[in-house]
Amino acid sequence: MQEILQNLLNGIAVGAIYALIALGYTMVYGILKLINFAHGDVFMLGAFVGFYAGGFAGRHLQTHGGPLGWVYAGLVMLVAMVVCGLFGFLNERIAYRPLRSAPRIASLITAIGVSFLLEYGGQFVFGADPKFFPTLVEKHLISFGGVTTTNYQMIVLVVAVIFMGLLQYIIYGTKFGRAMRAVSFNFETASLMGIPTDRIISMTFIIGSMLAAVAGILYGLSYPKIDPLMGIMPGLKAFIAAVLGGIGNVPGAVIGGLIIGIIESFVGGSHFSNYRDAIAFIILIAILLFRPSGLFGKYQAEKV
Amino acid sequence: MANGNTLLDARDVTIRFGGLTAVSHFNLAIQPHELVGLIGPNGAGKTTVFNMLTGVYKPTEGEIFVGGVSTHEFKPYQITALGVARTFQNIRLFKELSVLDNVKIGGHIHYKYSTSAAVLKTNRFHDAEELADREAMELLQIFGLEARAGYYAKNLPYGDQRRLEIARALSARPKLLLLDEPAAGLNDRETRDLMQTIHDIRDRFNIAILVIEHNMELVMGICERIIVLSFGKTIAQGSAAEVRANPVVIEAYLGEPAEAAGL
Repeated sequence: MQEILQNLLNGIAVGAIYALIALGYTMVYGILKLINFAHGDVFMLGAFVGFYAGGFAGRHLQTHGGPLGWVYAGLVMLVAMVVCGLFGFLNERIAYRPLRSAPRIASLITAIGVSFLLEYGGQFVFGADPKFFPTLVEKHLISFGGVTTTNYQMIVLVVAVIFMGLLQYIIYGTKFGRAMRAVSFNFETASLMGIPTDRIISMTFIIGSMLAAVAGILYGLSYPKIDPLMGIMPGLKAFIAAVLGGIGNVPGAVIGGLIIGIIESFVGGSHFSNYRDAIAFIILIAILLFRPSGLFGKYQAEKV
Repeated sequence: MANGNTLLDARDVTIRFGGLTAVSHFNLAIQPHELVGLIGPNGAGKTTVFNMLTGVYKPTEGEIFVGGVSTHEFKPYQITALGVARTFQNIRLFKELSVLDNVKIGGHIHYKYSTSAAVLKTNRFHDAEELADREAMELLQIFGLEARAGYYAKNLPYGDQRRLEIARALSARPKLLLLDEPAAGLNDRETRDLMQTIHDIRDRFNIAILVIEHNMELVMGICERIIVLSFGKTIAQGSAAEVRANPVVIEAYLGEPAEAAGL
């Protein structure tokens, strides 16, 4: 029983990070029908910005050493969000917008190109060797009912829930969200109703990339070894989470992320722990075979 | 014909798709408060004209001015911002959104607040959203849809969906409203109501209206001026009586006696 609870908790914590990344995939897909394969690498970029910003704060702003503390941790996250948001904006502007009226495969290939640019450009700029993410806040263990957790897992959960709630509110409670839903239903009609579609698309990329930055910081906090290729695997799993939830469906991405995280955690705690990374792909194959529209997606014939 | 007040001025507009000339040398000037009809047999290029006026297609030749501004480099939403809104031949509502949200989306550009203001829930955000709600409800009332504001648009009966499209277009506060076959699929009584509605909204919002319609009773009944397209060419224009009497127009509906064509 305790083992089950423990695996569940670990699974939710890692699943929350997948969910934050999956939101970016699903939002961009919803609005442009584009799978932004560079998104996992934006997550990596967020972790690296956190690494440098945290290191800078540690050296220059706080001289007594040790963990940075809440205020600086918040600032580090903010810096990562701003940098990734800017990157997301430029990424769409430079790499995808000129191809908007080209066949969709062109943007898809470009997305893979941007992904490689970040991965190997990252190795060039940051160095290929792993780095250790700075300790933003002091880590301690929390035990209850035989289950052990850390305050880090709690931070991951709380921060993820805050940002998901914020996103939900923006999408369903503001005019930007209304416009975004309109654009995702029908791009052309939305434009004819006076919705500045270019700006909505830019904002979607900015918000998605900011969420990836948050995920990057939370990941760095939980698994402090970071390297320029670290975005590949979580990026793929988040993509699978988005497909599992029904790509284009925002709540679906969150639930898909949690499901992938939890299953992975249980497999990791079983005899089949070697197959931990494979399980996500087995899930992907199963969805594509049996329910291609995902758990919450509606089946739509592909418009060519 | 064009003068300083001219709302819409399409000058010698031609569009070709590959070898096909869909519309050729089309001219149209619309003054404020005018009610103009655009008719013609199927495939005459009427909807193509709408698509050019609203920026969906760029004319191959010629130029379109809205309020004196050339729209050649404009995207559809920029043209809407200049004061041109439209409905669609095949209803294109945001089906999975509420009736109220559909109307509010039409007014998107008129309610100004930033997303950060929304996150911080500033007064500006609350005021703008309240205004948007109030104005959208007023529009829904005009079309008798206020009781269904919370429905998904897809759950409305067909006739209501047609009316909602007009309400949504009006919420963009256009100076020129383009209606693409607003009576398609409506019964006689609904069509007569629609004629009245079109008249009413023209006066109430002080807008010009350009309407594509196959229902000759509607076009002849309400339009002050009618333009007849056939195979992309303007073959006649004038008052209802003039158009009805024009032999070229009768011939365009060839194979059908004038009465069968509703002329």
